Order: sequence, then C-alpha cells, then structure tokens
Amino acid sequence: MELIKVWDIPGGVHPPENKTQSLLEPLGPLAIAPQLILPVSQHIGAPAKPIVEVGDQVLGGQVIAEADGVFSANVHAPTSGRIAAIVEHTVPHPSGMTDLCIILDTDGKDDWTPLSPWEDYAERNKDDLLARIRESGIAGLGGAGFPAAVKLNPRANHPIDTLIINGTECEPYITADDVLMRERAQEVIAGTQILAQLLNQPERVVIGVEDNKPEAIAALRKAAEGSAIQVVSFPTKYPSGGEKQLIQILTGREVPAGQIPAAIGVVCQNVGTTAAIYRAVRFGEPLVKRITTVVGEALQTQRNIEVLFGTPVNFVLEQHGYQHKKASRLVMGGPMMGFSLPDLSVPVVKTTNCLLAPSKKELPPPEPAMACIRCGMCAEACPVELLPQQLFWYAQAEDLEKLETHNLFDCIECGACSYVCPSHIPLVQYYRAAKGEIRQHRIDKEKSDRSRRRFEFRQDRIAKEEAEKEAKRLARKKAAEEAKKKLAEQKANTPAEPKPAAVSTQDTDKQRAKLERLLASAHERLKKAEQPLAEEATDEQAEKQAASIKQAQLKVSDAQKKLDAFIASQGENNRQASSTEANDPVAAAIERAKAKQTMSPEEKLRNSVESLQKRLQKAEQKVIEAKDNKPDMVEALQQGVDKLKDKLSAAQNELAELTPAAAAPATPANATPDVAQAAIERAKAKLAMSPEEKLRSSLESLYKRLEKAEQKAAGAKQEDSDKAEALQQGVERLKEKIASTQKELAEATLSTVAEETPQDPATSDAASLAIEKAKAKAAAMATMSASDKLRNQVDSLQARLEKAQARLEKAEQENDDNIDAFRTGVSKLEEKLATARDQLAELT
Amino acid sequence: MALLRISSPHTHRALGTGAVMRTVVLATLPGLAVLTYFFGVGSLHNVLLASITAMGFEAAVMKLRGRPVWFYLRDCSALVTGVLLGLALPPYCPWWLVVLGSGVAIVLAKQLYGGMGFNPFNPAMVAYVVLLISFPLHMSQWAAPLDIGGQTPGVVQALQQIWLGTSIDGYTAATPLDTVKQNSGLMLNDLYLQDPVLSAGQFVGAGWEWANLAFLVGGAYLLYRRIFTWHAPVAMLASLSIMAFLFYDGGSSTSGGSVLFHLFSGATMLGAFFIVTDPVSSAVSTRGRLIYGAAIGVLIYVIRIWGNYPDGIAFAVLLMNFAAPFIDYYTLPRTYGHKKSERATRKVDQ
Ligand code: SF4
Ligand code: SF4
Repeated sequence: MELIKVWDIPGGVHPPENKTQSLLEPLGPLAIAPQLILPVSQHIGAPAKPIVEVGDQVLGGQVIAEADGVFSANVHAPTSGRIAAIVEHTVPHPSGMTDLCIILDTDGKDDWTPLSPWEDYAERNKDDLLARIRESGIAGLGGAGFPAAVKLNPRANHPIDTLIINGTECEPYITADDVLMRERAQEVIAGTQILAQLLNQPERVVIGVEDNKPEAIAALRKAAEGSAIQVVSFPTKYPSGGEKQLIQILTGREVPAGQIPAAIGVVCQNVGTTAAIYRAVRFGEPLVKRITTVVGEALQTQRNIEVLFGTPVNFVLEQHGYQHKKASRLVMGGPMMGFSLPDLSVPVVKTTNCLLAPSKKELPPPEPAMACIRCGMCAEACPVELLPQQLFWYAQAEDLEKLETHNLFDCIECGACSYVCPSHIPLVQYYRAAKGEIRQHRIDKEKSDRSRRRFEFRQDRIAKEEAEKEAKRLARKKAAEEAKKKLAEQKANTPAEPKPAAVSTQDTDKQRAKLERLLASAHERLKKAEQPLAEEATDEQAEKQAASIKQAQLKVSDAQKKLDAFIASQGENNRQASSTEANDPVAAAIERAKAKQTMSPEEKLRNSVESLQKRLQKAEQKVIEAKDNKPDMVEALQQGVDKLKDKLSAAQNELAELTPAAAAPATPANATPDVAQAAIERAKAKLAMSPEEKLRSSLESLYKRLEKAEQKAAGAKQEDSDKAEALQQGVERLKEKIASTQKELAEATLSTVAEETPQDPATSDAASLAIEKAKAKAAAMATMSASDKLRNQVDSLQARLEKAQARLEKAEQENDDNIDAFRTGVSKLEEKLATARDQLAELT
Repeated sequence: MALLRISSPHTHRALGTGAVMRTVVLATLPGLAVLTYFFGVGSLHNVLLASITAMGFEAAVMKLRGRPVWFYLRDCSALVTGVLLGLALPPYCPWWLVVLGSGVAIVLAKQLYGGMGFNPFNPAMVAYVVLLISFPLHMSQWAAPLDIGGQTPGVVQALQQIWLGTSIDGYTAATPLDTVKQNSGLMLNDLYLQDPVLSAGQFVGAGWEWANLAFLVGGAYLLYRRIFTWHAPVAMLASLSIMAFLFYDGGSSTSGGSVLFHLFSGATMLGAFFIVTDPVSSAVSTRGRLIYGAAIGVLIYVIRIWGNYPDGIAFAVLLMNFAAPFIDYYTLPRTYGHKKSERATRKVDQ
C-alpha cells in the first residue's frame, strides 16, 4: 500500500465517540409499518409532484411523485399498498414545519413492480446511467440530500480530477455508514467505479474513512484490490466528515467561499449514496430504504436497521423498546449536528442517518448560558477558522454588517464551538438566527431597491408625459392662433367679397375642418381640465385647475360660436350651391360631437373605475406593507381598502348599466343641446364641487407628502443624520396641515350636505375616507337644532374665510396669478357668512 | 434574535466556566505556597482577604443590579481576581489597601463596564495600578525573603502590622529588580556578591526565583489542562527574553540583567500565566494573542529598565488591554475558502 499524504484541518474537537453500542447487534431489517408517510421533498431543491390519487393501489418501486426539474428527485412507493391521503404532515425539519406528504397504507404483501436489471451496466453510456440514477430518486444520503445526478454531471468548465467518497462518519453515535462499508464493501466499490466512469475516470478516486473504523477500512481495501481506488484513513476528529473538511484533508485544497467543490475539480459523494447508485444502476432498484442507526440509552435495543422511507419514527422506536420517560430528547441525526424532533410522528426520510434517543444522563439538558469570557476555546475549535466569540458578540448586537465581514456565512454549523464553550453559550443557534436575519434583510433590501427603481421609473415617465403634453399644448395653441388669424382675415374678406361662392368648396372645407378641430381641441382641453387632479396636486394646482377650466369653457363657447357663425354664413352659400358635399362635414362633426356626448358619461365612469382600481391596488399594497412594518396602521388601511372596493363595485355597476344604454343606438334628438353647452354644464357642476374636491385632493397630496417625509425622517434617523430633526419638524408641520385640511374638508362636505347639494357620483370619485367622517358628522348635526347648525356653519365659515383671506394676502404678496380666484373665493365666503349670520339672527 | 430552542450540538464538553476559574485558582497554589514559605503569612493573608472582599463586592453589586447572586458568584471570576490581586500586593500591607484594591477591581474595573466578559481591562491590574499611584510608599515595600532575614514575621506580628498598623522592624528588603535598578554603579557580578537578596539566591535572587518557578509550574499545569492556549504567555516570555538578551552586555553597571534574571524575578511568571492569559481583556485570535503577548513582553522590559517603576507588568498589561481591540481588527484569521484574511474594518456592500 502506497503511503498517501493527508492534510490536517484546523480546529476540531474530540467528543466521546459512543459508536460501540450500536455495533453490538448486527444490521437488522425492520417490519413494514402499517402506514408510511412520504414527504414529496426529501432532498434539496424543488419538491416532487405527486402523480397518484387518493385511493390508488400502488406497487413497491412505483413512482408516486415525479421530480420537478433537474434539482429534484422522484419519490417511489417503498412497498405495495393504497394511497390513503395526500396531505400536509409534520416532516423532519428543525422548525417542526409541515409539508406535503403522500400517506401510504401498506398491505404487507410487498408486491413490487418488475425491475429491469442491467447486467451490462459497465457498457452503458453516460446519459443512460445518469437518467437511471435520476429516475431512481437518489439524493445524498449523507446530510443535505443533494440530488445525486446533479453532482455527477458537472459543468464542462469544471474538469474533475478527484472523486472523493465520504465514509468519514465523524459524528458520535452514528455507525450507519460504518455498517454499510463493513457489510457491503463490494457495493460501495462498484458504485465508486460507476461514479468514476460517469466523471470520465478522474485521476484520483479516494474513499476517505476515519481511523476509528478499522473493520470498514479493511473490508473496503479488500474489495478495492486491483482497482485504482484508494482507501485512505486519517485521524479521527470532528468534523472531518464535513464535505469541505474532507476535501481539505484528502487534497489539501479548499473550496473557495461561495463555490462548489467541482470548482476545484472535486466531486464528493457519501458511501451510502454510492452504494444506492450501484443498486439502482445494476438492479434498477429505486431508493426506498436506507441504513439508519437507532441508538441511545432510552432504548432497549440499540442497533442499525434497514428501514423503509416513510416509516414513522415512533414505529421505529416502539420496535426498539423506547422508554419515553427516560429520554431527555429525541434527535434525528447525530448529537453534534442533528436536530431535536418536535413530534414522534415524523417519518424516516432519505437523509435520516440516525435516531438518537439519549437518556437524561447521556445528554443532559443544556446548562444555562453564562457570559462569554472570551477564552478563545471556540476559535480554537472552529474548523473553518472563524472567531465564534466575535460572531456571537455581533449576533447579540445584531450588527449584521460585522457578521458578514467576519464571514458568518462560512460557518458550517458544525457545533464544535458550542461544544467547547465553557460558558455553555448556544453559539450555533445564534449563528442560525443571524443567518436567517441577514437573508431576510437581503430579501427586504432587494425588494425596497426594486420598488425604489420602480418609483424612479414612474417619476421619469410622468415627467416625460408632462413634457410631451406641454409640447402638444403649445403646438395646438399655435395652430389655434393661426386659425384665428385666418378667420379674421376671412371675416375681413367676406364683406369685401359678397359672393362667397367664389370661395372654392375646398377652402370652405378646410376652414370648417379647422374650426371643427378648434372646437374638438377645446373640448379636449376642457375634459382634461375636468379630470381629477394628478396625485401630486397641491392646493395651488387645484386653484389653477379651476382657472383653466374656466378658460377652457370660454374657449369652447368661443369655438362653438365661431363654428355656428361659420355654418350660418355657409348655410346660405350651401343652399345656393346646393352642395351636399359641403354639408357633409358639418353633419359629420355634429354626429361626432353627439357621439362624444353620449359616450362621455360612460367614458367618465370607465375612467373613474380605472382610477379606482389603481387606487385599490395601491391601497392593498400599502396594507400588505403595513402588515410587515406598521401593524397598528393595518386596520385603518384595511378599512380604506374596503371602502374603495365598495366604491369600485358601485362604479362598475353604474358602468354596466350605462354601457348597454350607450350600445343601443342612442337616438340623437335633433334638439340635442349643443355639445359645448353640455360641456359647460358639466364644468359648472364641477366648479360647484370644487372647493370640496380641491380640499380632498389637497388632503390626498398631503398624505402622500407626509408619507414621503416620514420615510425620509426615518431614514435620516437611522443614519443619524443631522437633518433628522429638521425632517421631523417638517413631518409635524405636515401633520398639522393635514389635520386642518381634514377639518376644512369635513366642514366643506358638511355645508354641501346641509345645502342638500346632490352629489354627483361620477365626479366625486376622488372621495376619501374623510367624506365618510364628514357624513357621520353631518348625521350627528342633523339631530342638532337648526340654530346650532347655523351657529356651527357660521363658525366654520368664519374659519374658512380667515384662511382664505390669509391665502389671499399671501398671494397678493407674492403677486400670484391666482389672486383673482382667491378674491372671488373670499368674497363668496363673505357673502355666505353674511347670509348665514342673517339666518341665525332671524332664528334667534 | 429569534426564539432559541434546544438545538445542536446536543452534547457538550464537561469543562464549564466555573471549572476553568477554579482550575486557575488551583494553579496559583504552588506559587502562593512558595511566597508564604519565603515571605511569611503576608501573601496568604492578602490572598484570603482580597478574595473574600472581592466576592463580597461582587455579590453586593449583583444584588444591586438585581441579578441572581449565586449564579454569578458560581463562575468564580471574582475569586480569581481576588487571588491575583492578593498575590500581586506586597505582603503585610495594611488591610484597607487590600480592601480598597478589591473594591476598585470588582466595582470600578469590572462591574461598571458591565460585569464578567465586558471589562476591557484586567481588573486586578487596574486595582494594582490605582494603588501603586495613590499609595506608592505602601506599595513598594516588599518583605525580605527568609534566606536573608533569618526569620519571617510571626502570625501575631503580621496581624498587628496589617490590622493595627504597628510596624514590624526591618522586615522589608529591596527586591532583586530594585537592586539591579539602583545598582549604585556596580558591575552586576559585584552587585550579586554584595547584595544579600541577590547573593542568597541560587540563580536570580533569594525567594523570587522559587516563587517564579512555582508560578511557571502552575502555568504549565493550566496549559496541560488546555485552560488557555500557549500563544500569549509564550510570546510574552519570548519577547522579554529577546529584549533582555539584546540589551545584556555581560554585566556592566548599566546592564539590565540577564535573560534568566528577567524571567525569574519580579512578577514575570505570575504575569505570563495568570495575567496575560486573562482572556477577557486580551486579543482573541491566535495571531492576535501572539502579538498581544509579545508586545507585553517588550513593554515589561522597557518599563523595568527605562521606566520609573521597578516592575512593569501591570502597566504593560493595561497598555496592551487598550490595544487589544485594535489588534483584533488586524488579525482576523483567514477563513476556509478565502484567499486572505479579512480586515474587520472592511465594509460589506449592504
Ligand atoms: S468558548 Fe464560549 S466563552 Fe469562550 S470565547 Fe468562545 S463563546 Fe466565549
Ligand atoms: S459552528 Fe460555525 S463557528 Fe462554530 S465551530 Fe463550526 S464552523 Fe466554526
């Protein structure tokens, strides 16, 4: 035997091995449990998809859940029976979580589907072999349960020069691999040869075994005689069985952080997996059972068993004389890295290498943790050379950044540090929790980044749209001016040329078209002006809107007049020319306008439905976000969402009612009020609404601003920026403003209600929660005496007047161009106040 | 942090913090025995008084902080602090000096920083330095060793001196370090012949050499028990030896004493194995501890030879306590799979 160099790994510990007790008895079979619980996810990667139905009869070896993609593994029925259920069931997992499981009622007959053995497996090509391994549902039996076929198909840019078979089994108590290597060394060797073949015969093929298993080593060496397989033994030390550690021991190489062993030309498989691969390839046996160590002083029999997957843990324990009172806990896996089972009904799965039922003397309950004395024993024990005490310190301080610079993510959670810590600090638990937190943090970060990007895109888009609109508007203005000029010229020309017939029909057409366009654009603008203000609107903008609506109205009526005049003047000509052609465009325009008019309520509704939907979406999102970070706001937000939903459905109903009506050929009466008039009516209605609406939109915008400001303030606070205070002040101010606006709005709504102004549902789509409040108030008011009402009204009017005056003053100072609007507002308020006072005086 | 459940590992090495501390106390006993043999009951009395008062202060503070007293006393860290302080204080010093010292150590240097594990400075050394600066006279009177004084003070005498202040005549003598420092222009060889403390010793100085040897034995035992790693003490002894070797010119009047002299005089061994190894206030990584220990060794020599105080252990240790976090920043070990060790100061991309 040639001498093979092995490397040492840093750190490590030597816990008592406790391996003899399970080796006293031979490997035994286990009876078939009456019911098997087969999780669809017994491996790393995508869960398999069940392909059987409840009630199906299945045979042993039949696929009952199919692999979902490459990173997945088939699940086979371990024996024959009937599918009893496909349900969520507790699965072996440290968190005690549940997962989808296929429950199989066994029939004890153990009938199997016919298997197809391959005598000539050595001659089969690579793809066939890989396919067979994949179909057999083989996942790593060592620890994590990595689908075996994936590892055996390394990327082309990772040439593999070393195949390592891991027979280390460094965890105390566990002897499953030891027994396998002793009793089935041939299978291990044959499996190793298959793997070597799959990896194109790497230079080195090594089976690594700790030197505390001399029988296993001897058996393997005997079986490997004549082959190129080296069986290497090395000093026993925990955790040399960790994949990365074993690679370091056998090759001296380290797997670079964040990469896989294939990156340094190494593939590593567990001995159990290797033997299973052999059986799958040679005999076509799917992976349905494994060797598991059942050990611990709370059991009467301690031994290794060959157990079907899905066998409930309590069934296994019963068969071994489990005394519940004696057990301090129940561990799946070894004492160093195993996890305690929350519940005994969980099944044995592909990765279950040990069931440990220790007595209280054997593994006493953990002692209370004391302060870290920075003794450094943990650092000495750490096989990856971390500084566990520093990690602990930062984990306690929740200093995630420092945890990452101290390479927390290279911790293999081997538990060596906790094992030696004299202060009994459960270090690994802290690391697990911290890792989880950092992952969560990363996800959150990713999310917020995405939403920030989305927001920026949106801002960009809005800015762009605004710019485009502005450009269009300018173009239209120019066109209109030109049209005006031309019209003026024409008018000037008309009397000079009493016979307009001389004007070619072409010219008239052009002119009419122009006028029509003018009218259309005026309508357009009016409509736009009427549209609810953009979200970012401020009071100022609301005022501007009112002004622009007025302007649009003027323009519309102007354009209409002109068109009328033109048509009138043309009428004579037409009659004279009796040209139907000339008449056509007018009629068409009228038709179009009519169509528009009939369309518009519907369109409006549709718009409002759309906007409502958008708002609903946003609100819902907010609720979800709030659930995560502002639990106390959830309820309020939820209410808002509900209300929005109500409103939406109402609007949708209305729309539904309207649509058929519109679809039915509306009978456009000849006496249809002319389009412009209708538009003016609408605009007027809007104007009447406007103070309230204005308030509402300004309230909304204030909310938005508040939210943003709060965010900013919070951010600043976190960064301890000196701006934090200033921002906080800003937030306070905004809050005040909101409060006052709310009050105003309530008053405004109140006065509307009091005056019994009917609310147009189509135009009040910007209504918000505040209205509801105001309505409630109004209801309360209704029970008040008339004089009280009036008094209230007077008060509120006074308040509003004061505010309006203040605004006017400010506007005057700043020479705002909305001064006029303000002035009229103030004078209106003054009037209202006066009448209210009079009424009050009369009453009292 | 998330709710902690019983999780792996399920097994645990038997050694607990309390056991560690008790082992440390045990390891000081040979040294204490030798000190008592050569210098009389003074040191023993110091140790007893200091440990009792230290535990008393600890219990009192725990009570004030509303913590379970017994749970915290059980870790025996206060006991260790008391014992080390008692060993460092001169024998037969007045009782209030000892009580004041343990008060400073426990209350000021340890609990005010958050208690066990959070103190940046070694409590015993803080107390020692505070006393040395405040009461230099009391602190620099060391008893004469048995070999030259003929007799060590009796128990009654000692108690009278300690508790009543009735001084014993002529019980003090200069320590070897003092003697060499104030060598009055003599060659070292002459000094050895002339000075009783030096001449009565076998290789360094009467009593002191044996005390140091005993502490070395205790330290070796702790190393054997793997209570701490060898890095810091060995680095300290090595750097001190190198300094002594470099500056030893064969015994001229300005010479600082031989390597052997430095290793076995003063509190060298006590410092190396019981003070420098204090895990709480030292650097954490293996490399860090090498640097930490070596720096202390150099500082000890510098203070002994060129400083104003006869021995420099306490100052050297405190100075390096200051530097420990800094050392930690630059000595993160290289983690498996990483090309080179990280700087703890590196910012991660968040
Ligand atoms: S072993 Fe425990 S007490 Fe010692 S340094 Fe590590 S965490 Fe702290
Ligand atoms: S659990 Fe992590 S920190 Fe602790 S010894 Fe193992 S690898 Fe090192």
